[in-house]
Amino acid sequence: MQFLLDAEQREFARTLDRLLAAGDTPAVVRAWSTGDHGPGRLLWGRLAEAGVFALAVPEKYEGLGLLPVELAAAFVELGRHAVPGPLVETVAAAALLDRLGVAAAAEEWLPHIAAGEARLSLCLPAAGPYALDADAADAVFVVDSEGEGDRLLLTRESGPVQPSVDPARRLSRPVGGSVVARGPEVTEAAAHAAGLAAFATAAQALGVGQALVERTTAYVKQRAQFGVPIGSFQTVKHQLADALLRLEFARPLLFGAALTLEPADVAAAKVACGEAVYAVARTALQLHGAIGYTAEYDLSLWLTKARALRSAWGTPSACRARVLADLG
Amino acid sequence: MDLAFTAEEDAFRLDARAWLAAHLPAAPLPSLETAEGFAAHRAWERELAADRWSVVSWPEPYGGRGASVVQWLVFEEEYFAAGAPGRVNQNGINLLAPTLFEHGTEEQRARILPAMASGEVIWAQAWSEPGSGSDLASLRSTATRVDGGWLLNGQKTWSSRAAFADRAFGLFRSDPGADRPHRGLTYLMFPLDAAGVTVRPIGRLDGKPAFAELFLDDVFVPDQDVIGEPGQGWAVAMSTAGNERGLTLRSPGRFTAAADRLVTLWREQADPADTALRDRVADAVIGARAYRLFTYAHASKLAQGADIGAESSLNKVYWSELDIALHETALDLLGPLGELSDAASDAPAHGGWAEGWTFSLAGPIYAGTNEIQRDIIAERLLGLPKGRR
Repeated sequence: MQFLLDAEQREFARTLDRLLAAGDTPAVVRAWSTGDHGPGRLLWGRLAEAGVFALAVPEKYEGLGLLPVELAAAFVELGRHAVPGPLVETVAAAALLDRLGVAAAAEEWLPHIAAGEARLSLCLPAAGPYALDADAADAVFVVDSEGEGDRLLLTRESGPVQPSVDPARRLSRPVGGSVVARGPEVTEAAAHAAGLAAFATAAQALGVGQALVERTTAYVKQRAQFGVPIGSFQTVKHQLADALLRLEFARPLLFGAALTLEPADVAAAKVACGEAVYAVARTALQLHGAIGYTAEYDLSLWLTKARALRSAWGTPSACRARVLADLG
Repeated sequence: MDLAFTAEEDAFRLDARAWLAAHLPAAPLPSLETAEGFAAHRAWERELAADRWSVVSWPEPYGGRGASVVQWLVFEEEYFAAGAPGRVNQNGINLLAPTLFEHGTEEQRARILPAMASGEVIWAQAWSEPGSGSDLASLRSTATRVDGGWLLNGQKTWSSRAAFADRAFGLFRSDPGADRPHRGLTYLMFPLDAAGVTVRPIGRLDGKPAFAELFLDDVFVPDQDVIGEPGQGWAVAMSTAGNERGLTLRSPGRFTAAADRLVTLWREQADPADTALRDRVADAVIGARAYRLFTYAHASKLAQGADIGAESSLNKVYWSELDIALHETALDLLGPLGELSDAASDAPAHGGWAEGWTFSLAGPIYAGTNEIQRDIIAERLLGLPKGRR
């Protein structure tokens, strides 16, 4: 029984934190939101050098994985720094291609994913009609149903961007595509990929929540009203205490899911992280007051992402149903 | 990172499971908050102790098995999964014993702990006073030095188990001239049948005398029943306060077992179309799982020699709110039967939900109110400035 990150895993997370803190991610996010993907691509490359994408790629395809605990630790940091891009979709696509067992597709894409040279988006029937950041991706993998079974398509085309509440998330419907594979293997691989996407999204959400608590704690310590820091008021303290509480009890579900990747464990983590991050965002906004309600203030980058991640790759309701369905 | 049990821990689990299966009372015991139920629960403590299952984490000389934290968690999971009776001596085992292990003398440990382990002496706590609840350091009951000991005077209240217990422990003001309220307090133990003690049971919400008021009028306590140094009582009591809030008072097994029972009830009772109730059942399952994993993370930290400290306040707020939500969901699932007391002949056979709900409502109040815990979380974990309460 050693249910804690080890020293190496903690150091990996700290390394990413330092890398991202030095990368001025708010400016990267704002550029990404306008369709300027240049700074985001540079950041993507640095994350790849640190090993982030290799965590989702098996060793035989020049990766390190699959290492779910390290992947969770990494995605917490990505969320904490509001890193934009199809991060979840790329690692989930890697899981899909690995599980599918179509050698040509795996050999074509997986080493490039590990090296940070391929950004992929992904569109699965269970998660809705949109692909995230297709305009920034090298390709979009799409699973759909045709006649009797599922098929996997590869496309580079997508429809117009449908703006998300999070300006950094650029959604669009994939268009057309060529068939990569068909049949029950596709269905099974898609389910596996959807699970990994839910898992990575839960981690990302937890990191977003952590950033919101950190920023709000710092704010209420320095913001004075009635002659004292507002953080000395009990009602402010208790809202932040509840925010921390939600995150700290979502975290063990995330890492518990990392140890099994069982659908029910992932669903429990997704519910807890998704609900926590949204509640924390509400608190962060309320405690910041009007300044927090502006697009200009950087808090907005995390506030809007919190809402999007709550539903992405598994709504709270669908995940709750999954938890109960799998109890046996 | 892993959640794996050792072969030794697995064997310990199977031992506990087998013992419980062989010894569990055939029918649920009467409520431990009644005279009849108190006696039955005391007898159950004796039975547990006879095979060294009453205090597994204590060292063997005092009646324990020297179990590790993980083994203790395993035992608790098995205990609650089996539906075994509530622990009538939990104030002694969870609050007083850790204090004696840390601050008591060897003479005190040898005299007090084995009798606690066997249920021969059942303990009540005597912290609160009519004017001192969350602001415990303002307490006014006194301990006055006399030859060979102390005379206690004053009034304690909300003393859990004191209606039927044998002895109690608490803080008394021994130096009224001390410069700060929390200085000049002494930690003392006293018999509830001593001359000068009047016990007035108090009915909780369901009328059962779960706690009592204590009136103390020149009650003599010998020096051997002072824990730690006189005047150092606050530090002695606070050094083990984490035990009540944190790892030892409400183990995860309690909630994972309750969540399992809730799922059974949901399958029997629920309208499948009622997704609102379904979601609350799922939240109870998820919440219990979160609490279990959180506790295993804490156990891992303890095993590395780290201190949990103020994080125990996160723990206390979480389990107390989880417990209420879980029981409220059960009562809502029961529909019109949900308002029945467990004493009603129509009450569900696998009941206990009504009394469990009543008990759960006290959770955010005892062991340091959740308001105090949130202050601790905000000030010590987030570093927010102190302010007016």
